[in-house]
Amino acid sequence: MSVKFETRIDETFRNLKAQGRAGFVAFITAGDPDLETSIQILKGLPQAGADVIELGMPFSDPMADGPAIQASSLRALNAGQTMIKTLGMVADFRVSNSTTPIVLMGYYNPIYSYGVEKFLNDAKKAGVDGLIIVDLPPEEEAELCLPALNVGINFIYLTAPTTTDERLPAVLRHASGFVYYVSITGITGTKKAAIGDIEKSLARIRAQSGLPIAVGFGISTPQDVADVAGVADGVVVGSALVKTIEAGLENDGKSGPNLVKDVLSLAGELAAGVRK
Amino acid sequence: MPLILDVEKAYSDAKADPEFAKAVAYYFAQYVGRPSPLYFAERLTKQLGGAKIYLKREDLNHTGAHKVNNCIGQILLARRMGKGRIIAETGAGQHGVATATVCALFDIPCTIYMGSKDIERQAPNVYRMQMLGAEVKPVTVGSNSLKDAMNEAMRDWVANVEDTYYLIGTAAGPHPYPEMVRDFQCVIGNEVRDQIIQGEGRLPDTLVACIGGGSNALGLFHPFLDDADIRMIAVEAAGKGIETGLHAASLSAGRPGVLHGNRTYLLQDDDGQIKEAHSISAGLDYPGIGPEHSWLHDIGRAEYVSVTDDEAINAFKLLTKLEGIIPALESAHAIAHVIKLAPTLAKENIIVINLSGRGDKDLATVAAHSGEKLGGVL
Repeated sequence: MSVKFETRIDETFRNLKAQGRAGFVAFITAGDPDLETSIQILKGLPQAGADVIELGMPFSDPMADGPAIQASSLRALNAGQTMIKTLGMVADFRVSNSTTPIVLMGYYNPIYSYGVEKFLNDAKKAGVDGLIIVDLPPEEEAELCLPALNVGINFIYLTAPTTTDERLPAVLRHASGFVYYVSITGITGTKKAAIGDIEKSLARIRAQSGLPIAVGFGISTPQDVADVAGVADGVVVGSALVKTIEAGLENDGKSGPNLVKDVLSLAGELAAGVRK
Repeated sequence: MPLILDVEKAYSDAKADPEFAKAVAYYFAQYVGRPSPLYFAERLTKQLGGAKIYLKREDLNHTGAHKVNNCIGQILLARRMGKGRIIAETGAGQHGVATATVCALFDIPCTIYMGSKDIERQAPNVYRMQMLGAEVKPVTVGSNSLKDAMNEAMRDWVANVEDTYYLIGTAAGPHPYPEMVRDFQCVIGNEVRDQIIQGEGRLPDTLVACIGGGSNALGLFHPFLDDADIRMIAVEAAGKGIETGLHAASLSAGRPGVLHGNRTYLLQDDDGQIKEAHSISAGLDYPGIGPEHSWLHDIGRAEYVSVTDDEAINAFKLLTKLEGIIPALESAHAIAHVIKLAPTLAKENIIVINLSGRGDKDLATVAAHSGEKLGGVL
């Protein structure tokens, strides 16, 4: 099923295709290490070269995430991040940026608790383009995916090396925006996949879908980005960026003077990988 | 997702195979020591001066708790699936010990995830698991307890899906686990039916069990669900008291949410963040509850009450002195509720308590709570 609306995601991937390159997708957790610093990073990412931004909605039990993003989620929650503040960050970002797509990524319970309908309306109003909800498989599409499509927000599905050709149609049925390919079996920021394996899997997905494919999990260096950019439409880096946030903290856990600069400069180096 | 669909398919195949049921029955009888006795607690009954109290002695199972019933079933399933490695989460360590035990029996390597806080308070079980050949991995993220151990086990599973089977210990988690764990635990209630009819010539009036995730309660309750007159009471851990916020009473004080692949009652804050559960008993220290219990709660078929740490400790001591049976602190919650309930009921009323585990593992905790030290009398 193709959706009847267009978001910044569609436009961005169309432009990227015209430029003949892959997009750089940067992940940070909203509110990490604190709201103010996180807004500065968010606003700086497009300038640093991010084509798409994945903004993590922090959750107490991030089951699909490795130690780096777990710690990042915990820092944000300890600093008092809430769903209202996360949506507020997006609205704030949209004041000065109307083109870079923002995809909220996270787990279902905070949305369920906020109220699905209210969340979708508020997210749309704030300027959110897509959602990636790790713990909602296509079997649960009525929960959030279909309602999201109704308000004009893309619901982005995860596929993995274990997603068989037989299962792909179910995953792709209501997919829109792009397809997120998890390049490894495992959690974020741990191991690294071989390019040949990624290429084979992407070919399997492309045989069943015309959507752009962004590849994530296990991509951490500019060279990794360049390698994956050779075969994918988008390259996602998360753990490496949030590790730089962690490294930029003072001893008391507060944001240090170089934190924002360091994160954005790493984003710049990573983004160069898609522009080679 | 595919890994869960695999388990679902394998389980429905196994259910349809009489050989599988035969194998489960064999190990239940020959290895676990089933049926476990249904014991009339005469002195406790007399002391409380009301209803007639029976104890379903799951504490007498091999490994000392009901957990092994489920482990036998799932390890046989994992073998059918050809999995060469087992992972599990554990709170009190009872499920970890039961898992390590069946893994030793079938010579399958296993890794047990356990919150660092629980490792500290359940040292004997940790050593037991290690003796059995399991690798015990301390979990030091989040609240360092059962839910975090479950998160880590899931992370391991998705990373090692090819050869690994996740042996979940309670009637929670993604489908088909809640149903499968319940099915394996139903042996408890099925035996109680036969035993009580043999002893009393009729079915019981009241069933009582403690509840964390809910597998022992469901195992006792489920075979009686259609007997509308039988009252079912599940006892949650109220920790230091519901009003203090330091408890594990998901149904009494939580609200619906989604965690670990199921929608159920959860302890959570206003923003949908999962809260730490608290209980003196590590096995009840989970912020959720099996989804079938949420359903039984919502339709009003079972009652959900709670007792505090202090009440559980008192019940632990009372049963030990009166009956010479040292209950697990988890099971002591069920006893504690019956201490309040039995005197209010007629002498003809028959209560069956699921004595889900034995309390050797809890001696240090009970001693510390009472301001004593193990070995202090020497």
